[in-house]
Amino acid sequence: MQSVDSIGQLPFARPVWLVLAALVFAATVKTARAQEPPYFVTYSQVLEEPGNLEIAQKGLTGSPKDANAFYSATLELEYGAKAWWTTELYLQGQATAGDSTIFTGFRWENRFRVLPTEHAINPVLYLEYEDVNGADKSVLEATGHDSIADFQGTNAETRGDISRTMEGKLILSSNPKGWNISENWITEKDMMGGAWEFGYAVGASRPLALVGAARNCTFCPQNFSAGAEIYGSLATVNDFGLHDTSHYVGPVVAFEIPNGPTLGFSPNFGLNSDSAGVLWRIKVSYEIQQFRDLFRRKEAQ
Amino acid sequence: MRGTCRLAPLLLFAGFALLSLSAAALVASGDSSSGSADSSSDRSWLHKVPDADRARANPFAGEPQAISAGRILFDQNCAHCHGTGAQGKHGRPSLRSERVAQATDGELAWLLRNGSLAKGMPTWSALPEPERWQIIAYLRSLPRDATAVTGSRP
Repeated sequence: MQSVDSIGQLPFARPVWLVLAALVFAATVKTARAQEPPYFVTYSQVLEEPGNLEIAQKGLTGSPKDANAFYSATLELEYGAKAWWTTELYLQGQATAGDSTIFTGFRWENRFRVLPTEHAINPVLYLEYEDVNGADKSVLEATGHDSIADFQGTNAETRGDISRTMEGKLILSSNPKGWNISENWITEKDMMGGAWEFGYAVGASRPLALVGAARNCTFCPQNFSAGAEIYGSLATVNDFGLHDTSHYVGPVVAFEIPNGPTLGFSPNFGLNSDSAGVLWRIKVSYEIQQFRDLFRRKEAQ
Repeated sequence: MRGTCRLAPLLLFAGFALLSLSAAALVASGDSSSGSADSSSDRSWLHKVPDADRARANPFAGEPQAISAGRILFDQNCAHCHGTGAQGKHGRPSLRSERVAQATDGELAWLLRNGSLAKGMPTWSALPEPERWQIIAYLRSLPRDATAVTGSRP
């Protein structure tokens, strides 16, 4: 087994360079300030502004017990099709120390805002199609009996186990007094067989300041948001509950660089023996303002 | 048999696409029924604003600091649709128009919070409320422009 100490010599080098390249590219693109909460797993009612394209790189790394260290990279392309509809494509891969670097699959998700105006609790419907193999380590959510064992197989053993899954989420989200509180209830069904699986994610966050500064500043508190999220799996329709399930909790922080990318960070701590000890998450995202205007005739500026 | 297995992912994907588009159409149809009454370009959205919201006053009204902050927030969040200086862009309306000038601060705050989804205006409820008031303070500081671009969307 390989330790994290030898990280620089292993297939991690390529993803690290990709992240650095993405950071450099992001710094050169004019971006909008996103109003998204800083969660990694939990969804809020915030959809992409119509016409905007957000490009994000979500990274997850860890060194679970009895498994090699790994780095999972997920590229997200999120587009605001309408003010009430956001569509998103994920491309996923991972590199495992002492093993290999592989593409693990794709996901296509759609989120629909149900109610036309704001309420105390705002529901959003989420529909996703996944085509991923068993080597996927992105942990974009936890469902069914997801556990630390998912990290312990070699890529050669797990990559042949392909699942084509339909996933639905009920997203409930509120914004009381500057806070965002979001709850996600997840159900998932492998269309090639298997029982309905369930999971959950809950997050709460707040910007560090609720009032905008009167001058342009990079490190103003309103550019930072912080909070916490907890997520986990709830087994299947046959044995619903906490038995043989994994659960994680951790703080989340995000830094929205004015006219630059948004950076996010979160350590996730496993809450039981079926969970990995610690998973480290990073996210770099940037938003191309009114991407669709690039294809429109200029009418008025 | 093998051919059927190979087609399965394609059929699943097509089924998902159909399901997603159906859901989109369902939400759209529900939205457009309220959307005709929700058009912010023809001011009909004003009928939806509760009296209590309409009467709300901007706690930052006229404050130079808030106006400066509002300009920065506007540039970060709104200018890519409504143009630098709120003069309208790509058919999206100017916010220097007569109809914006005539709306109360409370009505503008309601529109920022709720958006007008059917017309392409997203909700800005995740932006802290004080920042939304700062944006309104900035909009109030702009000169009125009778020839401003007006569009069919908010």
